[in-house]
Amino acid sequence: MWNYRNKTAVRWFTLVYVSEERLLSGSFEELAMPLFDRLYNFAHWLTQDRQEAEDLVQETYVKALKGFPSFRPGTNFRAWIYQILRNTFLTSRTGLKSTATVPLDMESDEQILPAVKDTPGSILLQRSDRQLVQEALGRLPLPYREVLLLCEFEEMSYQEISATLAIPIGTVMSRLSRARRALREAVQGLQGTEQGY
Amino acid sequence: MACEPWTEKLDAYLDGEIPAGEARALQQHLRECATCAAEALATVQQKLAVKAAAKRFVPDPAFRARIERSIAARRPSAGLFSGRLGWLRVFEIATVAAVLLIGGALFLTLRRGRGEERLISELVDQHVATLASANPVDVISTDRHTVKPWFAGKIPFTFNLPELEGSPFVLVGGRVSYLSQSPGAELIFRVRQHQISVFIFREEELTEVREKETLRTALSFEVRTWHHNGLRYFMIGDASPQDLDRLSELLKAAG
Repeated sequence: MWNYRNKTAVRWFTLVYVSEERLLSGSFEELAMPLFDRLYNFAHWLTQDRQEAEDLVQETYVKALKGFPSFRPGTNFRAWIYQILRNTFLTSRTGLKSTATVPLDMESDEQILPAVKDTPGSILLQRSDRQLVQEALGRLPLPYREVLLLCEFEEMSYQEISATLAIPIGTVMSRLSRARRALREAVQGLQGTEQGY
Repeated sequence: MACEPWTEKLDAYLDGEIPAGEARALQQHLRECATCAAEALATVQQKLAVKAAAKRFVPDPAFRARIERSIAARRPSAGLFSGRLGWLRVFEIATVAAVLLIGGALFLTLRRGRGEERLISELVDQHVATLASANPVDVISTDRHTVKPWFAGKIPFTFNLPELEGSPFVLVGGRVSYLSQSPGAELIFRVRQHQISVFIFREEELTEVREKETLRTALSFEVRTWHHNGLRYFMIGDASPQDLDRLSELLKAAG
């Protein structure tokens, strides 16, 4: 009888442990895999290189899976995994190089800049300007590029961006405002080159 | 300037990040101010252009498959023993199982030990009662051929008695005894001035005793137990251990 009870207890423990882990792993897959294409796209925008982007995404998934037990259910998984990706990138060789070239005074002014008052006709971007915008985005300093991607492409709220980039919401707003202006200027610059100015 | 408070909020408005009341006021301003309306349009267009342009890099399907496999490999359902995590769990489970098994075994041993302890103290009581009794035996004999037939029909088994001639032991007699509601034989031997009781019961009636053979002392009495031919023998007495060993050898040889 006692042998039977022991076996039952072992089975019970096995079941609890295995199902608990299966639950964790199952939900990790369910949460993380739908973000795969977007994470890769974001990683490629950061690294500007296919191989580096793959390495970055792979490392992100490994770290996220490993750290998943510490992820609090109910909190923002997307912001969490993007944060892992971004932190991993920042500590990579390319990431360190990117941040080293960012102007030091970029965040010194927290004031939100008024929107640009250029002639609307000259800067009105069209979706057909895709290649031009891609080119301009690629040339933007990393903090501008990432904040624009998170806001426009990932459609993250300021709160999510704040969590992902680990900066206050005020900084999100000011950086976004500067990034938009910088993008317009970059596009204008490229348009000027194309038009032979 | 009328536009001043709004221009700062235009981005947040277009990103859907200002409260509803402010949004309504800003909408009103946009209806009245062509410059701000044009600016808002430009920003919206830029937002849409960036959204479209940002969708640029598509992962290689082989890379995706590699990541999926790597996640699946770390999943315990792919095999309890796969991955570092899996082995850790196995060790945990093994530890829990070992603790349970050891605990169970210990419990059984203690329980059995306690059961045997209880039987022996009961038999010691019976032995003491026999010593104190005015009629210690139901059948008096110095001859084994009187004692053994006397038990026939009184107990559900039979046993052999040794030839005691030439030994210091004397068979005083016997009586019917009960242990765990089962009838058995109690034989009383004497060696010099000491009395030794030998209890014989059917082994199958005594689930508490599993040891093949035990030597021990209980309340200073020497105790021997062994089993033979499906019978369990208990020997209790205050004689020397050597006497008990010798008598038990004689009984075993006869059995």
